[in-house]
Amino acid sequence: MSERSLQNIILCGVGGQGTILAAKILAAAAMNRGQRVMTAETIGMAQRGGSVFSHLRLGPAGSKGANSPLIPQGQAHLILGFEPAEAARHLPFLGKDGMVVAARQPLPPVSALIGQSSYQAEEIYSFLESHSRAHFVDTQRALQELGSAKVLNVLLLGAAQRLGALDFSQEELLVAMRGLVPERFHALNERALMYEFK
Amino acid sequence: MHTEFLMGNEAIALGALAAGIHLAAGYPGTPSTEVLETVARRSGEKVHVEWSTNEKAALEMAAGAAYSGARALVTMKQVGLNVAADPLMSLEYVGIKGGLVLMVADDPGPISSQTEQDTRTFAAFAKVPIFDPSTVAEAYEMIQEAFDLSEKYGTPVIFRATTRIDHGYESIEVKEPEEYLQLPVEGFVKDSSRWVIFPRLSRKNHELIEARNVKLSEVFSAYEKNELAREKAPLPQGKRRGIASAGISYRYALDQLGEGAEEVRRLKVATPFPFPEQLARTFLTDLDEVLCLEELDPVLERALTYVAGKYHLPVRIRGKLTGDMPPAGENTPAIVGAALAKFLEQEAPSAPLEVTVELPQRPPVLCAGCPHRASFYAVKQAMKGEKTIFCGDIGCYTLGNAMPLDMCDTCLCMGAGINIAQGVYHLAPDTKCFAFVGDSTFFASGITGVVNACYNQAEMVLVVLDNSTTAMTGHQPHPGTGRTIRGEVAHKVSIEKVLEAIGLQEVVTLDPFDLPKAVAEVQRLAALPGVKAIIFRSPCIALEKSSQRCAVQADTCIGCQKCIRELGCPALHLEGKKAKIDQALCTGCGLCAQVCPVKAIGGGENV
Repeated sequence: MSERSLQNIILCGVGGQGTILAAKILAAAAMNRGQRVMTAETIGMAQRGGSVFSHLRLGPAGSKGANSPLIPQGQAHLILGFEPAEAARHLPFLGKDGMVVAARQPLPPVSALIGQSSYQAEEIYSFLESHSRAHFVDTQRALQELGSAKVLNVLLLGAAQRLGALDFSQEELLVAMRGLVPERFHALNERALMYEFK
Repeated sequence: MHTEFLMGNEAIALGALAAGIHLAAGYPGTPSTEVLETVARRSGEKVHVEWSTNEKAALEMAAGAAYSGARALVTMKQVGLNVAADPLMSLEYVGIKGGLVLMVADDPGPISSQTEQDTRTFAAFAKVPIFDPSTVAEAYEMIQEAFDLSEKYGTPVIFRATTRIDHGYESIEVKEPEEYLQLPVEGFVKDSSRWVIFPRLSRKNHELIEARNVKLSEVFSAYEKNELAREKAPLPQGKRRGIASAGISYRYALDQLGEGAEEVRRLKVATPFPFPEQLARTFLTDLDEVLCLEELDPVLERALTYVAGKYHLPVRIRGKLTGDMPPAGENTPAIVGAALAKFLEQEAPSAPLEVTVELPQRPPVLCAGCPHRASFYAVKQAMKGEKTIFCGDIGCYTLGNAMPLDMCDTCLCMGAGINIAQGVYHLAPDTKCFAFVGDSTFFASGITGVVNACYNQAEMVLVVLDNSTTAMTGHQPHPGTGRTIRGEVAHKVSIEKVLEAIGLQEVVTLDPFDLPKAVAEVQRLAALPGVKAIIFRSPCIALEKSSQRCAVQADTCIGCQKCIRELGCPALHLEGKKAKIDQALCTGCGLCAQVCPVKAIGGGENV
């Protein structure tokens, strides 16, 4: 399987949304099939409700693959946006045929609420749509049905998988998830991963 | 051996364990913290692991272990090395017996630090050999080699890694615990001619150190991780170009060059001090131009310029000093790619998409329910209309500077706020001087400042924001928590008793969420003479799972938005003109309920 080509994936959102676990699930899925993995992520001060990201590079290394964990601009195959403005922030990293899968649920930061910056959700959606193959997912409704806001990460992974944006089968993601999530949360995360969006 | 998916800092910890360390100590600081946490998690009881009160204490303790013939690891961030500078400078003159490695994390950007200082420069100043890995896999091997070198040459060694290595992840091969070195420890052997630093000893050892570093420059010229890769085909006269790089920048360069990497000569420097001079000379010979790709200081650029001059090599060295690379900030693949294209006279990489839509800034904020918000708000209300200074310090509470709280007038370095407040007081005694300090920072370097204030008759209010953890770096225990890094019960040092023993006018402990009482007490203490302290004690909300929630009664809310404007809580937002509370973020702290002028917010509902 290691002759599969390099997958460059960016996960982005707001500190506390669970991007790190999603990155670990993808890394484990790649390692389970014997692929090499490099990732980089935001740790530290920015995690307190700030913009956060993970870069993942799954597959070959060296002159035909990845040498560093940071994805060069214009080379990501997928941007998985846990928040639409954060997806837009990372759009310069998306490659020509790349895809954006993002939650349709804006989280205006405190700076926008007290008038120090502005949050124009509709303009952000149309910017993403006009510059990429963008899919927006109604995560709010899905999370209500699932009964937990904590599974946003696994829900988005499942959505991206079904949209063909990930080079992993649903089963591969399930196996990787089970290896990383405590057993009492397996059923909930399985439902999130396999959730059918209307 | 087996494969593991490891954070760079985890790989460094496992490498140190494989090298047979007996003791590890440090003080938390991004991006270094996970090294010691991993040592604690993955080592047996035979290894002594501790969060020391600060980096100086950690290094001095490690010196004691290394004097005894044990292998010791010390971890810190780059500014932590400033705190440990005093013992390090002298320790280099005294030397060690067991291997001693300082793992120092540099933070180009800076992303989470006060400075962009370069530990490579510090190492040269301290005359201490330094290693600088460029991948996670390399870091794992290199830390083991650092211990061998330290022991072989009797010197402390610095192992520095930057954020993208520390916090990068890779799947790498690591040893089984059975393969870890098991080294005997002789114990401390008395020898005052060796372990007591006197001018005569320093003079003698200084000479030995200089000679040893000349020797190490030769050793490093042959070190396999200092890589010289020659061009595949001869380069045309006038365009014989080379790239010198180090750390993550070298990996960015390889990504950008792709298969074209073989068409250019490359030097990767893994040991910037002592500089591998002969290897560099070989690299420079017959080249016309060299581009240096490095972060922070132009260390390679200066060293190569020196080597070129020393050996009369007609080669132009380019980098930060020549304006070819940015003098500050973190390198990115884009910055390195653009510089390489220009240097190699290749087509510039196509311009990336421009984000033309307006995006909101999203800086980090105090969490919903954070007790620091309540403490800052109480002091702010109490001191309305007064001439004040609010000195901040290092920790989550530095975020108190953000609007709308705006409660941090200064922030310098660990513990500095307490002394800055005194300086302001002595120049303008009519100022109400406040110093805010976290519990962990108080123990790390706050106490001496309080002693100074009492002794030298300053007038100030010390505000200890005690959330019973080192929150910003990921919730490490400290001397006030009664727990060790391994979770064992430990002696709990009382902040109140420390302050009482120093002899403050008054020491008051308060719950910051009782707003009326907090405001009244701040006003009362601010009016007293001398040095007073308020300890706002409430646990970090990120650790305390709260089942309480607040909610806005929409018919009572008059839409004044005072709660949003004054508190800046991320759980508060607008629905139409009225406030609404995000039930997923709210912890039911009830601060907004106390701020609301029409009592429209109900608090404390269990869910």
